[in-house]
Amino acid sequence: MTDPNIAADLSHVGEVAPVTDPANGPHKPRSLWGDAWRQLRRKPLFLLSVFIILVVVVIAIAPGLFSSRAADFSDLNHANESPSADAWFGYDNQGYDVYARTIYGARASLLVGIFATLLTVLIGSIVGIIAGYYGRWIDSVLSRFGDIFAGLPFVLGAIVILTTFNPPDSHPGEVRIIAQVVGSISVLTWPVAMRIMRSATLVAKQLDYVKAARGLGASTSRIIFRHLLPNTIAPVLVYATIALGAAIGAEATLAYLGIGIRSPVVSWGVEISDARDYFQNVPHMLLFPAGFVTITVLAFVMLGDAVRQALDPKAR
Amino acid sequence: MPDPILQVSELVKYFPVLSGVLFRRTVGQVKAVDGVSFDLMPGETLGVVGESGCGKSTLAQVLMRLEEPTSGTAFFEGRDMFKMRGPELRRLRRNIQIVLQDPYTSLNPRMTVGDIVGEPFEIHSEVAPKGSRGAKVRELLDVVGLNPEHINRYPHQFSGGQRQRIGIARALALRPKVIICDEAVSALDVSIQAQVMNLLGQLQGEFGLSYVFIAHDLSVVRHLSTRVAVMYLGKIVEIGTEDDIYAHPSHPYTQALLSAVPVADPALRGNRQIIRLEGDVPSPVDPPSGCRFRTRCWKVQDICAREEPALSIRAGGHLSACHFAEERSVVP
Amino acid sequence: MQEMLNTEQETLLEIEDLHVEFRTSDGVANVLNGVGYNVRSGETLAILGESGSGKSVTAQTIMGILDMPPAVVTAGSIRFHGEELLTASANRRTEIRGDGIAMIFQDALSALNPVFTVGFQIEEQLRVRRGMTRREARQRAIELLDLVRIPAAKTRVKDYPHQFSGGMRQRAMIAMSLALDPELLIADEPTTALDVTVQVQIMELLAEIQAERHMGLILITHDLAVVAEVADRIAVMYAGRIVEQAEVAELFRAPGHPYTEALMNSIPRLDLKGQTLKTITGLPPSLLNIPPGCPFHPRCERAVDRCETERPEQHNIGFGRVSACHFAEEVVARA
Repeated sequence: MTDPNIAADLSHVGEVAPVTDPANGPHKPRSLWGDAWRQLRRKPLFLLSVFIILVVVVIAIAPGLFSSRAADFSDLNHANESPSADAWFGYDNQGYDVYARTIYGARASLLVGIFATLLTVLIGSIVGIIAGYYGRWIDSVLSRFGDIFAGLPFVLGAIVILTTFNPPDSHPGEVRIIAQVVGSISVLTWPVAMRIMRSATLVAKQLDYVKAARGLGASTSRIIFRHLLPNTIAPVLVYATIALGAAIGAEATLAYLGIGIRSPVVSWGVEISDARDYFQNVPHMLLFPAGFVTITVLAFVMLGDAVRQALDPKAR
Repeated sequence: MPDPILQVSELVKYFPVLSGVLFRRTVGQVKAVDGVSFDLMPGETLGVVGESGCGKSTLAQVLMRLEEPTSGTAFFEGRDMFKMRGPELRRLRRNIQIVLQDPYTSLNPRMTVGDIVGEPFEIHSEVAPKGSRGAKVRELLDVVGLNPEHINRYPHQFSGGQRQRIGIARALALRPKVIICDEAVSALDVSIQAQVMNLLGQLQGEFGLSYVFIAHDLSVVRHLSTRVAVMYLGKIVEIGTEDDIYAHPSHPYTQALLSAVPVADPALRGNRQIIRLEGDVPSPVDPPSGCRFRTRCWKVQDICAREEPALSIRAGGHLSACHFAEERSVVP
Repeated sequence: MQEMLNTEQETLLEIEDLHVEFRTSDGVANVLNGVGYNVRSGETLAILGESGSGKSVTAQTIMGILDMPPAVVTAGSIRFHGEELLTASANRRTEIRGDGIAMIFQDALSALNPVFTVGFQIEEQLRVRRGMTRREARQRAIELLDLVRIPAAKTRVKDYPHQFSGGMRQRAMIAMSLALDPELLIADEPTTALDVTVQVQIMELLAEIQAERHMGLILITHDLAVVAEVADRIAVMYAGRIVEQAEVAELFRAPGHPYTEALMNSIPRLDLKGQTLKTITGLPPSLLNIPPGCPFHPRCERAVDRCETERPEQHNIGFGRVSACHFAEEVVARA
């Protein structure tokens, strides 16, 4: 092992006294998380993405603050009208206020995004850490198991799962359909999270401080929770932020295909789906919800990128 | 004469070579450690030297039970180390600790120094009651020459040498009897190496420690060791006191090794007889029959391929594994 | 090919008062603070220093491979055969690289491209820079691998770097660096990662090649023992400065700078045993915050007030010897 290249990070070069030199008086301890946060705070990319996400979250929590009209408000007299002072996003072919639907649709889309990601990361991390830590045949079995799920094409798998639960033309309630969509997405994407956690675990397991902990007689749970997880969570976290955006996009896809969220529940995906036959004549029906989906997904991707850069100790 | 604190006998560690995609089969064995025996006396430092691939690091891992041996025994204070389980194994861990090579990966970057040095007390809660741990940690930091006020700092705020001291403090926490130093100073700058070496020497006296000091730098090993074992391709080829090995080496490999070490004295230039070895170190998957060193040895005869030389007392009065062991002074 | 019979020592490289800064998010690091040395053909100049001394950065600046930004050359001159490199065009520097000055590194595994065969990496240079045909280049590559004593060069030329052992890889890297017959070779810790028996082979190989080609060799290392065995002259670096320069025998007989002296006292020697090593207290300074005056003063036993405020000049303490210490004469005399 040699000292790091001087060009990379000067305060870590060999024996050079680090910047927080004792001679300069007491300094606050600088953990890697603290450093990351400090760095993030300064990045405009991070701030912008957080702002967008916060706005979307607030819209989802309290749509009433943003729209005086309910999602099911309909006035056929104004059907297909372009955006105006009365209806900022115009009306769709059924006389729905596009703006109101978009605002109210944020909730379902966001809920799917958040819970699908949570579930994916949870399942994937648990399986990944077990596979990575125990290795050998356990790893083989779990990895092959994950490969099977990873091999299923997403759309096809989702169609199969969702149509099994909901025969065509049925109209499940909001909670039920959201839960099913969340479940389908998680079941089909958890292997990605698993692989990330597994490889991070394999690397972390080899590190000297894990060996030292084992040498001290640390229990398996201590090793996993104290030594492995804090150092393997970073890549999973970055993945999670991007996955959130992807899940929202997936929800839109499934709604478009008619197997995901559907009326009477409204989501951005539902709006996009409803707009499919009218796009050429009533473009605003499609553009606004699609725009919201795009911006939200982008915000999460930017967030993930910023977090990744901040957590990477080498890119300091 | 006191009893040895550690008695290792015919220790063997093979790593399987796996092949296959779906389900892996064993197609060979890496014979990393292939029959190593030695004693460690209380209070002494046994240096273990050898070049890459000789198995010295694997030896460290097995002695720490970070890897399980393939066969062989090791007795700690007369009790069989490898048979220990559960609470007995935990107690053993308090007695044998390790200091690792790389100051940049041997400390968890997300734990404070206080947490790192205090972790042994958390794992072995019977050693120190909760209230006293903070004081003990500060004391340890002081003992290794660090400022106890820095207890809440993170590893990246320390230099390489300081991190190594933290690692030593952690190893010392439970007051072990044996500390295995696996290339503990190899990654440090020259001037810092000296500081840490002095620290290790001083701690040994203060705490009555016995060291197994594994390193590739022969000058460093000479400085710290009472006795020295030379390893080659998984076996000990020569073992004796520091004087035996450095002043009267009898195994050809030891002689070649010593002759190759540069000495900081330009007056010796051109006057040293450097023994040049031919060829490369053979693969530990398929070591040569008989004496493993025979493929590169200038004394090789037929018997070397047929019969593996036993590690026994030969020329020079110490243990050596060569049919033609002969004392030869190579260190100026 | 160059004039191999020329045994006269001409000055190949002159570095004068080189200053390099690194702009980091934590501030400006003064990595090089007035570095100057010369190298002649056929001579081995060892640059001795620990981490942070600036020895590698100097070499990288010579080669022009430093990342600029964040590095900035703020002053100084580097002349190769009298030609100023720092103001030369990028093309000219590329021309000189490999042809005039070549470099080998500590870790051959990362210096060699893992996805190309060793042969390809040598041949590429020959075909692009010397216009050789594929066959000619292959022939020459085999010759070079032979030169560095890689057995079965004809077959090994088609191997990938990971198929070589550590020592062999280092040889392959040396072969690659010699492809264009450079006049000056910079070796940055070439043997630090190798076993000692392999180190001997590599250092001997370098010495042989150097003698044969009358090449200049800059050997960058932290190992005093290696320096004692192979160097003609030594420049000791600390905190981005040359603190002492001398011929090797002179340096060991009587170090002229407290740092050199302290360094020598702190290394364990193979032929000596068991005194407590005399350590140097403290740590090298952070390059973001080099103390005023002499950079070594916080750790120096001889330090007085003057050392804190006045930066020492290079004092002449003998024929061709300089030392940057206010008390250089006393230090030398003490030995």
